[in-house]
Amino acid sequence: MSGVNTLAIPHPAEAGHWGKDIRSDLHVSIEPRDSGGLEITLESRVGLYYGSSILSQTRQVLESLGVKQARITIHDEGALPFVISARIEAATKRASLGTDKKVLPERAALPKPSPRDRLRRSRLYLPGSEPKYFINAALHGPDAIILDLEDSVHHAEKDAARILVRNTLRAVDFGGCERMVRINQLPLGLQDLTEVIPEEPDLILIPKVERPEQVSQVDRMIDELKSRDRIDRPIWLMPIVESALGIENAFAIATVSPDVCALTIGLEDYTADLGVAKTLEGRESQYARTRLVNAAKAAGIQAIDSVFGDVGDLAGLRQWGENSRALGFEGMGCIHPSQIPVIHEAFAPTQVEIEKALTIVAAFEEAQQRGLGVVSLGSKMIDPPVVERARKLVVRARAMGKA
Amino acid sequence: MSERIELAQNAAGRSVPTMVNGRPQIPFLGIGQYQPRGRKAAPPIFSSKDYPENGDKRVANLETALRNCGLRNGMVISNHHHLRDGDRVALMALEAAAKIGVKDLMWFPSASFPSQQGAIELMQSGVIHHIEGSMNGPLGDYCTQGKMRGMGVLRSHGGRWQAIQDGEVHIDVAVIAAPTADAFGNADGSHGKSACGSLGFALADSMYADRVIVVTDNLVPFPCIPWQIQGNNVDYIVEVDSIGDPGKIVSGTTQITRSPDRLRIAEFVARFLREAGIMRNGFSFQAGAGGIALAFVDYLRRMMKEDGVKARFVRGGSTKFLVDLLQEGLTDYILDGQTFDLDGVKSIGSDPRHVATSPFTSYNYHGKGNFASMVDAVVLGATEVDVNFNANVVTHSDGRLLHGIGGWQNCLAAGCTILAVPSFRDRIPVIIDEVTTLTGPGELIDVVATERGIAINPRRQDLLDAVKGSSLPIRPIQDIKAEVERICGGKPARPKLGDRPVAIVKWVDGTVLDTIWQVS
Repeated sequence: MSGVNTLAIPHPAEAGHWGKDIRSDLHVSIEPRDSGGLEITLESRVGLYYGSSILSQTRQVLESLGVKQARITIHDEGALPFVISARIEAATKRASLGTDKKVLPERAALPKPSPRDRLRRSRLYLPGSEPKYFINAALHGPDAIILDLEDSVHHAEKDAARILVRNTLRAVDFGGCERMVRINQLPLGLQDLTEVIPEEPDLILIPKVERPEQVSQVDRMIDELKSRDRIDRPIWLMPIVESALGIENAFAIATVSPDVCALTIGLEDYTADLGVAKTLEGRESQYARTRLVNAAKAAGIQAIDSVFGDVGDLAGLRQWGENSRALGFEGMGCIHPSQIPVIHEAFAPTQVEIEKALTIVAAFEEAQQRGLGVVSLGSKMIDPPVVERARKLVVRARAMGKA
Repeated sequence: MSERIELAQNAAGRSVPTMVNGRPQIPFLGIGQYQPRGRKAAPPIFSSKDYPENGDKRVANLETALRNCGLRNGMVISNHHHLRDGDRVALMALEAAAKIGVKDLMWFPSASFPSQQGAIELMQSGVIHHIEGSMNGPLGDYCTQGKMRGMGVLRSHGGRWQAIQDGEVHIDVAVIAAPTADAFGNADGSHGKSACGSLGFALADSMYADRVIVVTDNLVPFPCIPWQIQGNNVDYIVEVDSIGDPGKIVSGTTQITRSPDRLRIAEFVARFLREAGIMRNGFSFQAGAGGIALAFVDYLRRMMKEDGVKARFVRGGSTKFLVDLLQEGLTDYILDGQTFDLDGVKSIGSDPRHVATSPFTSYNYHGKGNFASMVDAVVLGATEVDVNFNANVVTHSDGRLLHGIGGWQNCLAAGCTILAVPSFRDRIPVIIDEVTTLTGPGELIDVVATERGIAINPRRQDLLDAVKGSSLPIRPIQDIKAEVERICGGKPARPKLGDRPVAIVKWVDGTVLDTIWQVS
């Protein structure tokens, strides 16, 4: 279904989902024909309230895709307009129609460009083919959301998810969240980039990176698309290292492009690569995680931890997060909104740490004012790196509303 | 119902019928404006001479009991709904009435449930003329499609007591399902294989009906201790194998919602109570058994512990979550209107601090006060809220019956009434310009909490002041509405309602608040 042959003869196709347990999605089937114009049949859970609006939107989308003769059947489960457009477009393209066109929803205001070293404690994964999670994701206050095109999307759904994610980036207001997209492994990931980069995500997660060349390839493609579309805001890269070889190459990966702002690790694949079991204590990945932190810090970028898979175990998550922070990680992934506040707590400096840092910073500022080269606290002399660490901690704590 | 129905505009601006099922109606006059005079209704005087001295009022079956009660065409027969969707007794009674050839009954349940859709056949066959009581699912559709011969009358739990007590509804025969009873008629709901907790909804029926039949599957030797229904009001006892399906009477363990959006609403409501200073030592609250309400109780419990705050009483719908509060010493009492889960039933049957109440003590507006107005805060749901805080709880936005009123209207008397609702469901905005069916006037609704923010009724400047400067997302209701309309792609179209009334919504004082119109 994906990688449509543009020369193919138009044929019946479908996209999307419907049924009793489906919400906020729709199913579109299209039967191209030679005459008779457009014939649209709509069954919608919200038909009484938005039926005519859905019909007119359907006509508009088909018109923009150049479809003039077809029978369309829609089963709608209360999908929002940007989802409706995406599903119609996906079905149409699968039918080998309108393959050179796209229909973009109205654009929500773009958030401010993302600073390279912004707070990245939590990033909430949103499966790229599950529209019901998109609209309220930002309400739960993660530092970032990830629209995932990789593991959470079935192979046969990649083309439709790409269009849906593109529309989502454009139409959904994610508030203060950094907007991340996890693309597929190359070469499929390059098609993802073509679709999503024009909508200016803040960051691209590159999966299963083992060698720096993989990152360069993505970086080059993004640069081309950015200059084509005159995008001048940064689009950062976060390579996901998920294998023994990737860990060995971590520093080279971290330094291959100035656009790489963080390194992260995928522990499911990493432990599989090692042929060991993934445990709650994580002893089997201790080396890889510390090695990754070291490589990231050596490259002057952030180190971000994997996800914690057991949604029900918030105490375990808290412990994992605290341990992770102690190793030098600055954040981790979440697969459920309930994990967000726990992660934020785990990655926050403790009150004792904050108070100590504030005292050190105050002593430093006083020394500066008095023109002293040496900072001292009581009878102890404070080394410059200690001052620097204290200053960083205070900045972070302020950003988290803790100091 | 082919005759012309006179309509009048009430004080809320809604068009309501002035005559319903042969009785003249008073259109809603405004809150507290209707003050009836006169005396309450009362059952006839009976004499002990006519009842067995040994107290054994058993008869062989329901048919005999109904015959002995003199059931005949056009009478009113009532049931309570404490057995919820597991109830077998209501249909058993109506089918027994059918067997003895009675027609045109008015069925007067305290609420109906989907498992009672057999009542539709009994309406088609003429046994039931119409239903006054909540209707939803297939029964609700039957009513809103205009197929019922009489008009539906929806009352709150307090309003049902008021209607019986004020003589608006005269019950000829009450058939009361009892999880435990003795042969004299004392009955209780907290024990037995079909235990359901409180039997409060049946209390008015037992006191005001001409004739009272108790049906039980757990007959104990006199005395049935404790009793909530007094045997002195009871005419006959019928023993049956089973009054209901225990699995549907109470739920095993009530589950908190796992939806992050609903959890967020629940947390907002709990934080609101804390930050507005309502959550303080000696306070009280009521929350239902819906997913958001349960999660709210759980959040509030944690905050009460953190702040060292204890409630004087909480009102249920009781569940495990209220029972936990009681057992952890976070409340002195549970005043229970109905008992939803096994933990609740176990607690009410064993803990003297968990007390069964009735619509008389809790809700009846035509009394010398009631508990509802003494509750500091209540958390309720709604299907729609308008920009003036008017709310609908009985119909879908398309006008079809969805829920009964339950205690919802009565609870609006609380010190702070909070509606905890998602801002939209399946693309359908919950905050709209005008509600489809007015169930609660906006002047009694103080706060609407959604996942996108909390709107406080401008009439409650005190609440606005109380949370000023808090980190809660307090927003004007129009603001939330505009955001949701943006998300949903514009305002929803308003479905066309018919012009024939099929049911009315009563206010707590017995006046007519709104009309349910026929839908095709």
